[in-house]
Amino acid sequence: MSSARLDLKRLRKSFGHTHVLADINLSVQPGEFVSILGPSGAGKSTILQLLTGAIAPDGGQMLLDDQPLTPAQHRFAFMPQGDALMPWRRIIGNTTLGLEVQGLGRQAARARVIPLFEEFGLAGFENHYPAQLSGGMRQRAALLRTVVQQRPMLLLDEPFGALDALTRAQMQRWLADMWTRHRWTVLLITHDVREAVLLSDRIYVLSARPACVAHHFQVPLDHPRHSVGSPELAALEARILQTLLNPED
Amino acid sequence: MSITAPSRLFARFIRHAGPAIASVSTLILTWETYVQLWGISPTALPAPTRIIVQGYEQREALACHTIATFQATTFGFASSLIVAFLFSILIDFFRQLRRALFPVFIITQTLPLVAIAPLIVLWFGFGLTPKIVLVALVTFFPMLVALTQGYEATDRNISALLASMGASRWRIFVMARLPSALPYFFAGLRISITYAVVGAIFAEYAGAARGLGIYILNAKNNFRPDLVLAAVFVSATLTLLLFGATVFLQRAAMPWARLTEARP
Repeated sequence: MSSARLDLKRLRKSFGHTHVLADINLSVQPGEFVSILGPSGAGKSTILQLLTGAIAPDGGQMLLDDQPLTPAQHRFAFMPQGDALMPWRRIIGNTTLGLEVQGLGRQAARARVIPLFEEFGLAGFENHYPAQLSGGMRQRAALLRTVVQQRPMLLLDEPFGALDALTRAQMQRWLADMWTRHRWTVLLITHDVREAVLLSDRIYVLSARPACVAHHFQVPLDHPRHSVGSPELAALEARILQTLLNPED
Repeated sequence: MSITAPSRLFARFIRHAGPAIASVSTLILTWETYVQLWGISPTALPAPTRIIVQGYEQREALACHTIATFQATTFGFASSLIVAFLFSILIDFFRQLRRALFPVFIITQTLPLVAIAPLIVLWFGFGLTPKIVLVALVTFFPMLVALTQGYEATDRNISALLASMGASRWRIFVMARLPSALPYFFAGLRISITYAVVGAIFAEYAGAARGLGIYILNAKNNFRPDLVLAAVFVSATLTLLLFGATVFLQRAAMPWARLTEARP
C-alpha cells in the first residue's frame, strides 16, 4: 500500500462528448506541496471539482489516506478562484465560515480564528468588510479561511490569478514562508510556471484536452525559495515552459 | 468631528439636492406667474398658491383619505412581498416551478388595470381587501423577478466554496444566495413601492369608502381641480416618503455596499 495522502488513479471525466480528463494519475504525500500546471481549458479545475465532490468521475479511483473518496466527505479545505469572500460578512465572519458550516458556534469559531490574524497580517482588520481591504489582504483572509478548517489537505485553485503582478509576487513569497512554517499538504492549480516552481516540491504538467499527465517534475530545492532568478529555478522554469509551449517534443 | 461639520454637511446637501430644488421651484414659479398674468380660471388650471390654500383648508379630509391610501399601500405591498418571497424560494429550489408559474404571473401583468380594478371591487367590496389585492397584483411580479434574478447573481465561487465545506442546499441559500439577492431586492423594492401607491389609488378610484382615489374622483365631479391637484401633491409626497424609506432601509441592511470605494 502507498502512504500517499492523496492518490488519483486512471481518473476519467467527460461532459457529453467533451472528453476533459483522459487518464489522470497523481499522488500527494503528507506535508508535500504539489502543483498542477496546464494549458487553459485542460481540465485543471475539473480535477478540483471531482475532489470536492461537486461532480462524479466516469472512471478511476480517488484515494485519501488509502480510503476511497465519497462525495459527502468534504475532507478538503478548498480555496476557489478569486478570493470568494462574502462582501456582506466582515473579515472575521468570512474567516470563520468553514467552522460555522462544520457546526461550531460563532463564539467558538471566533476564538479559534482570532489568534491567527496576527500571523496572516490581518490584525486590526477583523471588523472590516472585504471591500475595504487590498487584493493581497483579501487573499490572505481567504487562505486563513481555508487553513483554519483543519482539513487533511488544502486545494488551492489559482489563488493569485486575479492579482496584479507585483502583489502576486509578494503573495507567492508570503505563501512560501507560511508553508515552510506549517508544512500543510497542498494541491495547487495554477497556470503560472514561476509560481509552481517557487512553491512546489513536485509539479505535474497536464496535456491539452483530453488531459493526462504529460510531464512530472521534481523541484529539489530547499524552502522557502526567495532568490528570484536563481539559476536552478530559472532553468527549471524554462524547461517547464518549453514543455507547455511545445507539447510534441 | 470638526467644527465645520454642519456647514460642510449643508454644502453637500446643496450640491446634491440644489439642482432638483432649483428646477422644481422654477417650474412652480412659472406656473404661478402664468396663471396670475393671464388670468386663467381656477376651474381650468388653479395656481399653486390656490392649491396650497385650498388643500390646507381641506387638511382634515385629506389626512383621513391619505391614511386610508397609506394603509392600502403598505398592507398590499407587505402581503405582496411575503408571497413573492415564498414563491421565490420555491422557484429557486424547484426549477420546474419557474416554467409552470412564470407564464401565469406574466399574464397577470398584461391585465389592463382599468378593466380589472372595477372587477376586484365588485368581488371584494369597498373595504380594504380589494386595494390590497390590486396593490399585490401590480407589485408581486416585479418583486418576484427581482428576487429570482438576485439569487442567480450569486458568485459561483462562493457557492462552490460552501458546497466544498459540506453546506446543505438550504444552508447555501441562506448564507450566500439570499444576501447576494439584496441589491436586486432593494432595486425591485424602489420600483414597486411607486407602483404600489398608484395601484392603491387606482383601486380606490374604482370604488371605495375612503382613500385619495375616491377623494380625487369626488373633487373632479365637483369641478374642483385645485383639490384634485392637492390630492395629487399629497400622493406624490407619500410616494417620495416611501421611496426614501426604502433607500434608508437599504443603507441600514447593506452597510458594506457603501464601502466599495473606501479602501485604507
